[in-house]
Amino acid sequence: MSVVDRQEWDVVVVGAGGAGLRAAIAARERGARTAVICKSLFGKAHTVMAEGGIAAAMGNVNSGDNWQVHFRDTLRGGKFLNQWRMAELHAQEAPDRVWELETWGALFDRTADGRISQRNFGGHEYPRLAHVGDRTGLELIRTLQQKIVSLQQEDFKETGDYESRLKVYQECTVTRILKDGSRVAGAFCYQRESGRFFVLDAPSVVVATGGIGKSFKVTSNSWEYTGDGHALALLAGAPLLNMEFVQFHPTGMVWPPSVKGILVTESVRGDGGVLRNSEGKRFMFEYIPDVFKEKYAQSEEEGDRWYEDPDHNRRPPELLPRDEVARAINSEVKAGRGSPHGGVFLDVSTRMPAEVIRRRLPSMYHQFKELADVDITAEAMEVGPTCHYVMGGIAVESDTAAARGVPGLFAAGEVAGGMHGSNRLGGNSLSDLLVFGRRAGLHAAEHAAGLTGPTGGRPLVDEAQVDAAAAEALRPFSAEGPAPGEEDGRPPENPYTLHQELQQAMNDLVGIIRREAEMEAALEKLADLRVRARRAGVEGHRQFNPGWHLALDLRNMLLVSECVARAALERTESRGGHTREDHPAMDRAWRRVNLLCQLTDPTGGLAATDPVHGQIDLVRETTEPIRPDLLALFEKEELVKYLAEEELYE
Amino acid sequence: MSSYEARFKVWRGDVGGGGLKDFGVEVNDGEVVLDIIHRLQATQAPDLAVRWNCKAGKCGSCSAEINGRPRLLCMTRMSVFTREETITVTPLRAFPVIRDLVTDVGFNYTKAREVPAFVPPDKLAAGEYRMTQEDVDRSQEFRKCIECFLCQDTCHVVRDHEENKTAFAGPRFLMRVAELDMHPLDAADESGLDRKKTAQDEHGLGYCNITKCCTEVCPEGIKITDNALIPLKERAVDRKYDPLVWLGSKIGRRSSGG
Ligand SMILES: Cc1cc2nc3c(=O)[nH]c(=O)nc-3n(C[C@H](O)[C@H](O)[C@H](O)COP(=O)(O)OP(=O)(O)OC[C@H]3O[C@@H](n4cnc5c(N)ncnc54)[C@H](O)[C@@H]3O)c2cc1C
Ligand code: SF4
Ligand code: SF4
Ligand code: FES
Repeated sequence: MSVVDRQEWDVVVVGAGGAGLRAAIAARERGARTAVICKSLFGKAHTVMAEGGIAAAMGNVNSGDNWQVHFRDTLRGGKFLNQWRMAELHAQEAPDRVWELETWGALFDRTADGRISQRNFGGHEYPRLAHVGDRTGLELIRTLQQKIVSLQQEDFKETGDYESRLKVYQECTVTRILKDGSRVAGAFCYQRESGRFFVLDAPSVVVATGGIGKSFKVTSNSWEYTGDGHALALLAGAPLLNMEFVQFHPTGMVWPPSVKGILVTESVRGDGGVLRNSEGKRFMFEYIPDVFKEKYAQSEEEGDRWYEDPDHNRRPPELLPRDEVARAINSEVKAGRGSPHGGVFLDVSTRMPAEVIRRRLPSMYHQFKELADVDITAEAMEVGPTCHYVMGGIAVESDTAAARGVPGLFAAGEVAGGMHGSNRLGGNSLSDLLVFGRRAGLHAAEHAAGLTGPTGGRPLVDEAQVDAAAAEALRPFSAEGPAPGEEDGRPPENPYTLHQELQQAMNDLVGIIRREAEMEAALEKLADLRVRARRAGVEGHRQFNPGWHLALDLRNMLLVSECVARAALERTESRGGHTREDHPAMDRAWRRVNLLCQLTDPTGGLAATDPVHGQIDLVRETTEPIRPDLLALFEKEELVKYLAEEELYE
Repeated sequence: MSSYEARFKVWRGDVGGGGLKDFGVEVNDGEVVLDIIHRLQATQAPDLAVRWNCKAGKCGSCSAEINGRPRLLCMTRMSVFTREETITVTPLRAFPVIRDLVTDVGFNYTKAREVPAFVPPDKLAAGEYRMTQEDVDRSQEFRKCIECFLCQDTCHVVRDHEENKTAFAGPRFLMRVAELDMHPLDAADESGLDRKKTAQDEHGLGYCNITKCCTEVCPEGIKITDNALIPLKERAVDRKYDPLVWLGSKIGRRSSGG
């Protein structure tokens, strides 16, 4: 059918955020010819928005910190559902990954003795987050971008071509992972600027596409977060893990409406900001759950003393893990003690002098001033929960970041599942990107190298797959026709309208507090949207056409939303980023259960537009028992709160 | 809450040409220009091309010109205009149009590649870097750059002078040279690379006549001209005419960097 341009690489990295860029650096340094492909311009991926910091137990501020403490905090935060080996590798390797950034030119904020400064964050026992003011993500992405450029400069010196070994295809989108039998063989892509299709042939593909927040109405996430990588992996035959766990960050802006959802960084609380309700009360003291009772201050005085003297006082409950704080805010608002625009108050103005606020939280100062006419040095902010991060993701092998079931497919960053269990601690994402981005790149390169010997053995993409992918991508241009079995003459659906309906449904029905009947309603709504999305039509032509791009993204958002809704309906307990009103308690029996989402129709044809059955099957699997020496890092009294009897005495 | 209908003129077209198109569109409390562009996409012009990403002033994607002034669409509130005013949105003028509000900013990526990267000091392993906050303050200011390229767009050296683009890196990348030059541990000198000299000889610092237009449009409030370009110029001048100053500055820097 179509003649499509094809290029051959050893490793293709989908995504140029922290995970993708770190993977590309590792792959290229391991000798693989590496291509990076991303939807926006190079250097503008979602990682750029990260504010607070990178968690790494360097012990620069409190020498009591080490990887074991970080590991413990991570498991507590994730309510012990974490893929423990990932949490272990993450805690062990994060410091090296941060220090390495300095050798590539990063400039973190400093301690008095010239080391990298570290700040407090929710759920972290010690000050642990390396940061640059509140623009840490920008520093991370710029450093990695500049490292990529420096590798290209080396290649230029040697070969006369900047892109001979490492090339960034910016403003291009992958719509299908291509295969040769069960193995990965490449990626089908379109260039946003021209609308032209092309294929990158490669035996290894690293998926590093980030999250899914754009399926929700109120979110801190950017347009890129349409769950593409999750969907690409599913369609390629790889399962997704524990998709019910979606993090609602407790503090997003609530007003004005057009900025609702934009993040207010946790550093505001880490540096001393407090939460109050309309009665002026610091309500978080009422919401300390049993599992955390011994670890948090019981009075405002103690909490306040902790900032100066953390060794003899316990931290204030504003710094509980995010799921706890988000639920508390939700309850306060529901009980009628909210702020005028339906949030609660977050105040730094009475806690620090104005110039300290401006220095420590410059972008927050700027953001509120510019977008809401609020001077945070003089008045409190209004904040409420916003969809922020997905803990669920592609199921991977801990050490290699290889996706389960599809040789040649790797995943790292937010798109990968397991690392954070049921809830991610702040700062643990940026470190995750670096640790597992590197591992994914390395193993992807090794996988490719194993196939490039004299015997060849590189997988091949057949034309039929390319044609099918092209036809799928072109469908929105011919969507005027009636759907099969439908009466003639119905106009095509507007993709923007479909997207808005999807966001509303997910927000209202599979949001922060979940109920069985609502999730069932959500699945029905998703089925309806899926049928209508087949008829999503676009005007104009293929050149930089956002309507068309959105029509294509809808497939991914619908698939991923169905995973979230189905898994959330199945898990009849509350844990981390999954709260069931009808099953409010954490159930130790569920700790041993992973929920895997798979495509119902493994041929990937998406034929299953049947409204009732949907496209996703759920499979239960038992989690791997935590290694005894890691369990020994915890007190028995703590473990009994999380683990089932049999696990304790095994 | 109050809404009203605003009048917009948006440039539509592509490499082949185009022109301003009139729209009447609803505006609500607290909205920014990007919200209005999105509303146009959703209701009147589904294929209207615009770049954006974070919608929070952090990524520098949504650069365009509003009433002729280079700005971020997502950080320009509608309340800065009167209700009667017609708001004109056009693509960045210094770069070739791709479609509607989207331009080809490849020039900037080419220039970025021409600035040699950070040179790590030989003797320090990862984890051994020690720098005081004071030492890093200056370079950190420049690293706040979100690469929106508004400064590149506004600088008269290239704004209407395509012919200068080969020789001139533009304020953003001259600032990058300054940033590396002021990095307390950059070992370029030791590797035989003289950053200040390259600013002058290879990146076209001489074209800049310190008009400060770049500083005025920078959404991050970076003092590009005062803190990056002028010091770079001064040092380039020192270097050219006074070898002793040059020597002195080298020695001074090395002792503070240790
Ligand atoms: C406002 C905000 C603040 C945050 N602050 C922190 C913090 O302080 N500390 C912390 O640890 N975490 C923080 N997080 C979370 C963290 O920033 C993200 O989880 C992380 O950056 C994700 O990185 P990534 O590399 O996985 O993906 P991203 O950086 O999102 O990159 C995804 C990449 O994939 C590309 N892509 C997606 N789909 C496709 C496709 N189909 N084809 C081609 N390319 C594609 C995109 O273009 C992009 O380049 C924050 C998140 C937000 C929203
Ligand atoms: S100060 Fe120099 S770089 Fe900045 S706009 Fe003026 S001429 Fe251009
Ligand atoms: S220096 Fe300022 S104006 Fe120039 S690209 Fe950076 S942020 Fe934009
Ligand atoms: S969209 Fe990111 S700066 Fe405007």
